[in-house]
Amino acid sequence: MATSEVRDNPQLDSATGEYRVIAPGQTFRSVTEKITHIVLTSSTPLGWFALFGVGGALATLLLVAVTWLFLVGVGIWGITQPVAWGFAIINFVWWIGIGHAGTLISAILLLFKQSWRNSINRFAEAMTIFAVVCAGMFPLIHVGRPWLAYWMLPYPNTMDLWPQFRSPLLWDVFAVSTYATISVVFWYIGMVPDFGTMRDRSQSKIAQYFYGLASLGWRGSVRHWARYETASLLLAGLATPLVLSVHTVISFDFAVAVLPGWHTTIFPPYFVAGAIYSGFAMVLTLAIPLRKFYHLEGLVTERHIDNMGKVMLATGFIVAYGYGMEVFMAWYSASHWEAFMMWNRMFGPMGWSYWVLITCNLAIPLTTLWSRKLRTSIPYMFFISIVVNTGMWFERFVIVVTSLYRDFLPSSWGTYRATKWDYMTYVGTLGLFTALFLLFVRFLPMIPMSEIRMMLPAAKIKAKSTAEAGD
Amino acid sequence: MPPREGTYGLLAEFVTPGDLVRAAQQARKDGWRRLDCYTPYPVEEAAEAIGFHRNKVPLVTLIGGLIGLAAMFALETWVSVLAYPLNIGGRPLYSWPAFIVPAYEWTILFAGLSAAFGMLALNGLPALYHPLFNAHNFRDGATTDKFFLCLEALDPKFELVEARAYLESFQPVSVVEVDY
Repeated sequence: MATSEVRDNPQLDSATGEYRVIAPGQTFRSVTEKITHIVLTSSTPLGWFALFGVGGALATLLLVAVTWLFLVGVGIWGITQPVAWGFAIINFVWWIGIGHAGTLISAILLLFKQSWRNSINRFAEAMTIFAVVCAGMFPLIHVGRPWLAYWMLPYPNTMDLWPQFRSPLLWDVFAVSTYATISVVFWYIGMVPDFGTMRDRSQSKIAQYFYGLASLGWRGSVRHWARYETASLLLAGLATPLVLSVHTVISFDFAVAVLPGWHTTIFPPYFVAGAIYSGFAMVLTLAIPLRKFYHLEGLVTERHIDNMGKVMLATGFIVAYGYGMEVFMAWYSASHWEAFMMWNRMFGPMGWSYWVLITCNLAIPLTTLWSRKLRTSIPYMFFISIVVNTGMWFERFVIVVTSLYRDFLPSSWGTYRATKWDYMTYVGTLGLFTALFLLFVRFLPMIPMSEIRMMLPAAKIKAKSTAEAGD
Repeated sequence: MPPREGTYGLLAEFVTPGDLVRAAQQARKDGWRRLDCYTPYPVEEAAEAIGFHRNKVPLVTLIGGLIGLAAMFALETWVSVLAYPLNIGGRPLYSWPAFIVPAYEWTILFAGLSAAFGMLALNGLPALYHPLFNAHNFRDGATTDKFFLCLEALDPKFELVEARAYLESFQPVSVVEVDY
């Protein structure tokens, strides 16, 4: 980048030429007020109500679809033989994958001391939790008799039955429930000091009461902070292997089966990379409108957008390697069934879905994300985020449907067609996610204030002699 | 326990973390032991200054994780071998490799919960009341942009007038007496 540009643009760090993580001129108080004001103001922006209305309306579709499902049964969906896993599993895997970026940002980037993550980690974690809420619903409503879903848990019962611990589907129960619990705990613990700030900044008695309770009496003692920092690091250290294990276990649901297209050892890393890829796309989809709407450009800067673009480029290439390996193994395995599966996936009746996936996940993002100009272009990154989310949904569709609908025996071949109930359930979870996320933005501090304060220049402790001289 | 009365301590307010850390270091050096700093974000130097170097959160987490691991592995073994033996494709009843995954998840679950709740318990939280919130300037800054040093009345060296003069020598913004 040209030197004059670096000098003239205050958003750029003159030493590195990179965009600054936090725009210059912020103080402890300005950061606090900016973030708390979004929540503590009594006037909710009209746009919030409009979006919440849309989200709520779509979530109502979910309610209708699930009610009808409970009354009639899974026959209302498009699932049949041989495609017995349809939208429910596609959406489950897609939503869980989206959640993974939140944990990656909050845990893995914390361990790597990537302080730029501080501005985006809170809402990325919120995204994780709401994505897991949406994801967790699908297997539960897919089991046929959802009111008996608790049979999946090991508990002493009068039937003297116990779950079968050798099945990946049961491993999933433990992986996803642990993931949901730890994500909620990590998120809440992260918010406790900020709840203290909210309690102290709010003017209304009701807000003081509820934020006071939520803050657990936090008073910022440095002894507390020391234990808090240790606990945060430990939680990050625990969440890191957890997040890698969750999508790995989900990929076992497929990889342990003997079906061509599923039975492959590349699945665990390829699922995890895909999860992070789609998750970062979703963080961008959420962050770009949010920073604009709430004027947070000083805290979520082009640097964040740029860095997320880089992470997507890297994980996108891992995903590309996974696709390449699948094609290679179809040939190298010399298995007739594998080769046919691959040919059918590309050129069979549902071949279009494979090419949508290749276009959205590889052709568009991996050719353009190299450009720093495009990575810091806000409209383009928003566009890319939607493209990758679409592409990753089609990846799940391709894995589930195109492996199932034409397996070993031509006499048992079939097809898959989603019904309106499938679409309503899927669109409904998008609405539920939107509504939950808007509630989060309205009532909770969406940027971790204590972590932002740590990054400000005023937080640097200077020796006595230089303190007088100034910075 | 009867309600405590009298003075909890003296609270000095500083504008920069550097001033707080220097005051805390000096106070510790001068023999104060019952003292604490309050900051709006973690200031490691301040914890070091008042002699708080290590904590028990890692130990609690380790114990929690080991309990989770042992509990799930034992449950899986008991269920699969004794309580409900099933022949799954001729595999042995004690097929331990398959048991690793849920045991691994529960290790993380229990360790994570122990880290979070252990940290809160060691901090004495949740606490519905603390005398510091009686100080009029504490809530305006302790969680926003001010740095506080508190000399507690429980310290044997504590004597109200002298302690106040001692704190004034660090040139804080204010020194406030905090009541229970």
